[in-house]
Amino acid sequence: MATVTFDKATRTYPGAERAAVDKLEIAIEDGEFLVLVGPSGCGKSTSLRMLAGLEDVNGGAIRIGDRDVTHLAPKDRDIAMVFQNYALYPHMTVADNMGFALKIAGVAKTEIRTRVEEAAKILDLTEYLGRKPKALSGGQRQRVAMGRAIVREPQVFLMDEPLSNLDAKLRVQTRTQIAGLQRRLGTTTVYVTHDQVEAMTMGDRVAVLKDGLLQQVDSPRNMYDRPANLFVAGFIGSPAMNLVEVPLTDGGVQFGNSIVPVSREAIAVAADKGDRTVTVGVRPEHFDVAGGQATSLANDEPAGVAVTVNVVEELGADGYVYGTAEIGGEQKDIVVRVGGRQVPLKGDVLHVVPRPGETHVFSTSSGERLSD
Amino acid sequence: MTATDTPTRRGPGAATRLAARAGGGAVRLGLLLTALFWLVPTIGLLISSLRGPADISTSGWWRVFTDPAQLTLHNYTELMGNGTITHALLNSVLITVPVTVLVIVIGAMAGYAFAWLEFPGRDWLFLLLIGLLVVPIQVALIPVTKLYATFGIFGSLLGVILFHTAFGLPFAIFLLRNFFAEIPRELLEAGRLDGAGELRLFARVVVPLGGPAIASLAIFQFLWVWNDMLVALIFANSGSAPLTVALQEQTRQFGDNIDVLSSGAFLSMAIPLAVFFAFQRQFVSGITAGAVK
Repeated sequence: MATVTFDKATRTYPGAERAAVDKLEIAIEDGEFLVLVGPSGCGKSTSLRMLAGLEDVNGGAIRIGDRDVTHLAPKDRDIAMVFQNYALYPHMTVADNMGFALKIAGVAKTEIRTRVEEAAKILDLTEYLGRKPKALSGGQRQRVAMGRAIVREPQVFLMDEPLSNLDAKLRVQTRTQIAGLQRRLGTTTVYVTHDQVEAMTMGDRVAVLKDGLLQQVDSPRNMYDRPANLFVAGFIGSPAMNLVEVPLTDGGVQFGNSIVPVSREAIAVAADKGDRTVTVGVRPEHFDVAGGQATSLANDEPAGVAVTVNVVEELGADGYVYGTAEIGGEQKDIVVRVGGRQVPLKGDVLHVVPRPGETHVFSTSSGERLSD
Repeated sequence: MTATDTPTRRGPGAATRLAARAGGGAVRLGLLLTALFWLVPTIGLLISSLRGPADISTSGWWRVFTDPAQLTLHNYTELMGNGTITHALLNSVLITVPVTVLVIVIGAMAGYAFAWLEFPGRDWLFLLLIGLLVVPIQVALIPVTKLYATFGIFGSLLGVILFHTAFGLPFAIFLLRNFFAEIPRELLEAGRLDGAGELRLFARVVVPLGGPAIASLAIFQFLWVWNDMLVALIFANSGSAPLTVALQEQTRQFGDNIDVLSSGAFLSMAIPLAVFFAFQRQFVSGITAGAVK
């Protein structure tokens, strides 16, 4: 067990102008499950491969525990990795696949046998130990890849999108299994995914990357409730947060005909930068469908924003309304969550009000969070 | 296709199927006849090798069908009693086996290095190697002869082995490098993370996965060297000449040693065939290697 520290770790590919991973700074606690998430090309896999020793580190340092591993060979780092395509040795049986690292390390045959069987029992692979990988299903292969990592009892697990080759149902199942297994073993784990649902459900903490730059590291809850900037706000959550650019007014910002409160300091900060507008973010589930009697600026109009329904996605428990609204003289796409039993029809007009305290305000120019 | 013309198509469909079946039979028969025709010289050689010298010189080999009593193992006993031929057979083995082993071992290691190890000038070196593929051995005969004379290995087994190895390597490295490069990168990375050094990675992961390619190469290399005459004719002396050269020496302007020739030629053919059938399974999977992961 060990902590993992990225200390301004940088990777620039030969011939590239911009760093693929730029001064990454994350301190991962002992036993923590950290998820690196971001769109493709954001540097999340590169970061993981730097930690694995499969990618050179051009600047900064990486430490596992107190050990500086920046320039150590992969085999000297005491880590195990699960690859996206599992990378099982096709010519070896499941048992040999799982025991390969121990065999190289010179562990006694009987000891290897016990440890492999133990891991196989945890992963429900006992009856497949004699098979070759090609005779296994995708889910079983995935478990063998996990087993290969577990058997080593390494200080850190690295997982590079281990679920992306599974079908949707199995993915959800395996997601829970991996998270549960990690809690049980208590091994520090770094997990890479492009799927923000995976990130939110599995990680103790989530790190969002974009263009090689770390955007935010936080617990899933905080990530959801207080995204640090526009990118994180838009990336975390499905469907994505509604982000609308609105003009600055005194005492808050005007969203349709309701006022979203923002602290004076925050408005001052934005105004100092010369911004005339800010970006307001509201999650689909934080809109209340108003009956027309809620607080309104103009008494002759119903409160909130009028949303014309274009498409309704019914998910059973609830539904998502995709519509357009005119805000500040421009047509904007708005997504609103509604209850599963009161679904509007296409063409209906809904009046929605952002729930107080559940709105986010970001600077339009820098993208930084202004509200608390 | 619309619904109306479906029935009209069904009639010819059945006829076509019937014709196809009959045609398939005809094609198969044609192929069989072609194969038999192709085999005629070989069958002739086999039968000749089983007839006495007097019969061979007086009548064609097909006479054996009317007169099976002609068949005898006399030629083979003669062959085995002929010291030159048996010695040459041994030489063939002593040349072919080491060359095949050397080419496979060096070629596989170099192929791995070219495919997966990073070192300065790797791509240029590989380009140079591909360039060597087009060098015909004839242009090297005289310089190498001079070189061998300097080192005193002209006319020895070692000289022949070295020449064959050197000229077998470019193709071997080229073939194996390309095959090894197809191995998924993650497999090697997984091996490195599992603690394997380059040598162990090569022996435990790369070579087993490259099995089909290595088997194909081994068969080809064995055949090329076994059937070679030019190199052996020039670089071997009478003590180190392989079977091909020894048999050629048996043909004389007057009164060939036809009995030794036919049986010897058949023997020199049978051994590579045995090798081929021994590795046939790998050979076939080597041809389709990489098609299915």
